Amino acid sequence: MRRRRFAYSGRHDAANMTALAVSNVEVFYGEFQALFGVSLEVNAGETVAIIGANGAGKTTLLRAIAGMLAPARGQITYRGDPIIGQPAYALARRGIAMVPEGRKIFPSLTVEENLTIGAYTRRAGRWTLDAIYDLFPPLKERARLPGTTLSGGQQQMLAIGRALMSNPDLILMDEISLGLAPLVVKELYRIVRLIAEAGASLILVEQDVSRSLQAADRVYCLLEGKVSLQGKPSELSHEAISKAYFGM
Amino acid sequence: MQWVNIVLQGILLGGLYALYGTGLSLIFGVMRLVNLAHGDFIVVAAYLALVAGQMLGLSPFLNVLIVAPLMFGLGMLLQQGMLNRTLGKGLMPPLLITFGLSVIIQNVLLLTFTADSRGLDAGQIETASFTVGEVSLGVAPLMTFVVAVLLLVALQLFFSRTTPGRAFRATSDDPATAELMGINSKQIYGLAMGLSLAVVAVAGVLLGVRTNFAPADGPARLIFAFESVIIGGLGSLWGTLVGGIILGLAQNIGAQLNPTWFQLAGHLVTLLVLAFRPTGLFARTRDT
Repeated sequence: MRRRRFAYSGRHDAANMTALAVSNVEVFYGEFQALFGVSLEVNAGETVAIIGANGAGKTTLLRAIAGMLAPARGQITYRGDPIIGQPAYALARRGIAMVPEGRKIFPSLTVEENLTIGAYTRRAGRWTLDAIYDLFPPLKERARLPGTTLSGGQQQMLAIGRALMSNPDLILMDEISLGLAPLVVKELYRIVRLIAEAGASLILVEQDVSRSLQAADRVYCLLEGKVSLQGKPSELSHEAISKAYFGM
Repeated sequence: MQWVNIVLQGILLGGLYALYGTGLSLIFGVMRLVNLAHGDFIVVAAYLALVAGQMLGLSPFLNVLIVAPLMFGLGMLLQQGMLNRTLGKGLMPPLLITFGLSVIIQNVLLLTFTADSRGLDAGQIETASFTVGEVSLGVAPLMTFVVAVLLLVALQLFFSRTTPGRAFRATSDDPATAELMGINSKQIYGLAMGLSLAVVAVAGVLLGVRTNFAPADGPARLIFAFESVIIGGLGSLWGTLVGGIILGLAQNIGAQLNPTWFQLAGHLVTLLVLAFRPTGLFARTRDT
């Protein structure tokens, strides 16, 4: 487990408390089954990466955790309580935040408004507008511009900042490196580390395997809707990961 | 001088049409719902003001303070109890439901109030006027316009400065992502319908002071609301005001040329805008 540099509001006092437990979750889109009995655990304060090829079910799993779609079978518990069936807005209020795939910045809102809407269900904590601006200085300079006028990397910063504004306990990040230049991705992952060290639990969904292995305490690999591999990055061989990722 | 007067009357009438259109575009903007009963709710508000006036003996301008909250509540109930169930299932279900509501409202009004046309008695204000140069302006039309502009300013401030207003815009942009922020979109939709009908309430009372109304008048109001929105462009409060003004001008100028051209002129202008600028004059494009 990573050492935590910042004290966090007593919610994580129970060391190694399970923040999130997904067990045997099955998700269908109509007739098509996207997830087959997926199980996963995230301990409090832990950063977990979910890797896998396109269509492996990574985003589906995140959306199920966030309450955006309902699994047909299985159980998801958050801080000990079952949460399947609860709508996304209710889970947001309970401390689950999402950095959605494609960033999904609100075009009608300015940069600052995009951040303040992230605090719609604000809980007490260290992330304030000023703290976000310290983390992402480019956002402050462009606070009054429409959110969608930012560059791709800045929009990703905005999406991350927006998710932090509610001071969540569990942050789901979907493909934050997608379509961004390597230098920008490097900077984003530096900040992801800072966020993790501040105490929240993180789930990173990534196609960029080496990035996520560096950032995560543990990693799960999905293959065609099933968990094909799990473990600590340091204990997984390159061959094992490659086999779990591609299925051959 | 006669023409100056006609133009002024047209502009003032546009304020009323802007209110019709604002209510309609508010809910279309946030949930892509076309409320075919919109015009009938305008007439309902006028009748509510009539009843309130008979019971309390107050001026219609005070009754609006009772009717608007009532209509706000009615809108919330309607949305949360009925229309929210139709969302996400395509355009047809809400169209059918609101079309059905329109028929029901007209018939209930007919049963309750008969087909006789009624008016709201605002006393001397109705006929009072003042003269600027050679132009004579009615106090009631001017008040209508001023109220419309003030209401639009209030809505603008609500959307730009308040947290519910921002939540409203976020939901309008992308309801799924808004839910991730902890925003209950169904609640926002309820608020939208409430606001829409509160604006409708003001419009209905102003309509009732301006002219007589009857149970079957709703659909024509709906058309004027549509036309204001089409001319001005969706998603812009001030666009809707300009749209309403252009519609009012077209109608008044048309009627001056030939008394039967009142509605026709408005329809023609709307068609012209649809033909040459289908997104309206001041549309805010959604996807940038």
